[in-house]
Amino acid sequence: MGEIILSTMNRSLVYAAPLLLATLGEIYAERAGVLNLGVEGMMMVGALSGFIAAYSTANPWFGVLVGGVVGGLFSLIHAFASVTLRANQTVSGLALTLLGTGLAGTLGRGWEGKMLAVPIRSLPEEVFRSCPGVVRMLFKDTNVLALLGVVFAVTLWFFLFKTRPGLWLRSCGENPAASDALGVNVWAVRYGAIFFGGIMAGLGGAYIAIAYRPSWSSGMTQGMGWLAVALTIFSFWNPLYALVGAYLFGALFHLAFRLQVWIAPEILNSLPYLFPVIALVFVSRFAFRKKIGVPAGLGKPYERGTSE
Amino acid sequence: MLYRISPLVAYTVFFRGAFGSWYAISETLKRTIPLLLVGSGLALAFRAQVLNIGAEGQILFGAVAATWVALFLSPPAGVTLLVMFLLGFLAGAGWALIPAFLKTRFAVNEVLSSLMLNYVAFNVVLYLIAGPWKGKSVRGFTYTDTFPESAWLGTLGMTKVPYFTLFSGIVVAILGYYFLKKTAWGFELRIVGNSPDTARLLGISEERVIFLTMMLSGGLAGFAGVGEVAGIHHLLRHPSHISLGYGYTAIIVAWLARANPLATLLTAFLLGALISGGDALRVSLGIPFQVVSVFNGLILFFLIATERFGHYRVSVRRKVKG
Repeated sequence: MGEIILSTMNRSLVYAAPLLLATLGEIYAERAGVLNLGVEGMMMVGALSGFIAAYSTANPWFGVLVGGVVGGLFSLIHAFASVTLRANQTVSGLALTLLGTGLAGTLGRGWEGKMLAVPIRSLPEEVFRSCPGVVRMLFKDTNVLALLGVVFAVTLWFFLFKTRPGLWLRSCGENPAASDALGVNVWAVRYGAIFFGGIMAGLGGAYIAIAYRPSWSSGMTQGMGWLAVALTIFSFWNPLYALVGAYLFGALFHLAFRLQVWIAPEILNSLPYLFPVIALVFVSRFAFRKKIGVPAGLGKPYERGTSE
Repeated sequence: MLYRISPLVAYTVFFRGAFGSWYAISETLKRTIPLLLVGSGLALAFRAQVLNIGAEGQILFGAVAATWVALFLSPPAGVTLLVMFLLGFLAGAGWALIPAFLKTRFAVNEVLSSLMLNYVAFNVVLYLIAGPWKGKSVRGFTYTDTFPESAWLGTLGMTKVPYFTLFSGIVVAILGYYFLKKTAWGFELRIVGNSPDTARLLGISEERVIFLTMMLSGGLAGFAGVGEVAGIHHLLRHPSHISLGYGYTAIIVAWLARANPLATLLTAFLLGALISGGDALRVSLGIPFQVVSVFNGLILFFLIATERFGHYRVSVRRKVKG
């Protein structure tokens, strides 16, 4: 039993890393008041560009870098539409996803099915030699990028809740008019938060294409970007809860995968999309009772001189 | 250019594929039908600010219901199609009820829930065609047996355009407009969409509007799904062949029509042309079909970007001589 739990946690660490990265990015964007439904598109763009860069240079870390940067640049389209033009954020995000998945599919045709010769490898076992057996089992066959997710989550939590710039960011999502009056540049903060969200989603996509299954296929994110949007709500816009949530989802998928012997794969493949819906139901009841949740200014474009 | 194809050639192939011959136009019409049915339903939902993104899954559920009727229920031949369309509408509406219920009861964002259910519907179809409904005569392939001919829709002349669904689409767009502008329910719907606060003051039930628009748009998507299997494929097959992303493209159809069902007559045809042109690019130049998504995304961005400028008015200020 203990072994099953440990190995599930171990696989979850590897599987859920891109989900965690993308969710952390979306938390920052939404904390600054901008809903970005383009995560799936940004992940696809990051995955393709990262894969091509890693494939052409045989340097996986360069690929990760490129994936992050391209994801960030791509998100600026949404930033321009939602912050500068004050367009409908839901529709703009949907458009970003359509554009991103379409572009990745169109431009990636020549790379379809290619494998990466030099992927990001799992950590060698020697690293954990001196650790107790439990730790060794937990971190077996994990890679640096997956473990970095944990570091990111803790750092981002600290920045968001314990530092002054973090407070500015949150204030832009709660009450942009008041932040503006206090001298916070709402425009810059929101642009920055969206850009950061794009980088993180791009990194998540690149992780899938360079570390998780080092290859390219046009549907490889499989709706994980949408999962990240759901997980953002599920984690109450808190990076630490996102850490717990992402690994919980990861563990559930892994367990579902293990049941494949008994249950039809199509049913199991539906579960990742049913879990978040069910989770959102529970979250909404809980949030209602505790009165916590949505940043008050989420989804509302800010315009100087208006009350909203 | 990319793919080493000159843009001029690509444009030529694209327009020939969409309008270049009677065959091309019939292909465009074939794609227009589901877009028209789904798009005019979504126009109603969007007008009420209910963002149903789950039409793709609702189409598939309509197709599943139709297949069940055609292959397993086997009603008398004369009423087969009637029962198929009826149950298909109900199946689509029922699938759309889930996000409606979750939104009204648990305040779950309908964009997320309806979208997630698309993936579930996709897997349901995959499960059916590979498992319990796999055809007896198809051996290694994964699709069902062919429907009996009593479950086939008639087509226009030599083309593959089913006239019943084409006619229905036009009627639905006109009726949708009438419903929105001339009926009390349509009025309530517009108030909820324009100003939820006013709706609350007037005692209009937002819940009822959410349920109504979700069921109408889902039902019409289900209806369109029946049209695809009864009019074109005559069997249930891989979900990405039954619907070429019609559920997603119809979002653009409705948005481009500014949520006006009557205007979807035009926008559905335009995007139908986009799909058949994109298909021609794929067949003759090997450009992946996802290029349609790129166009869709770009159109949507330009739409919302220009929408904003409509709010500004040029004003002339005269200096007052003092």
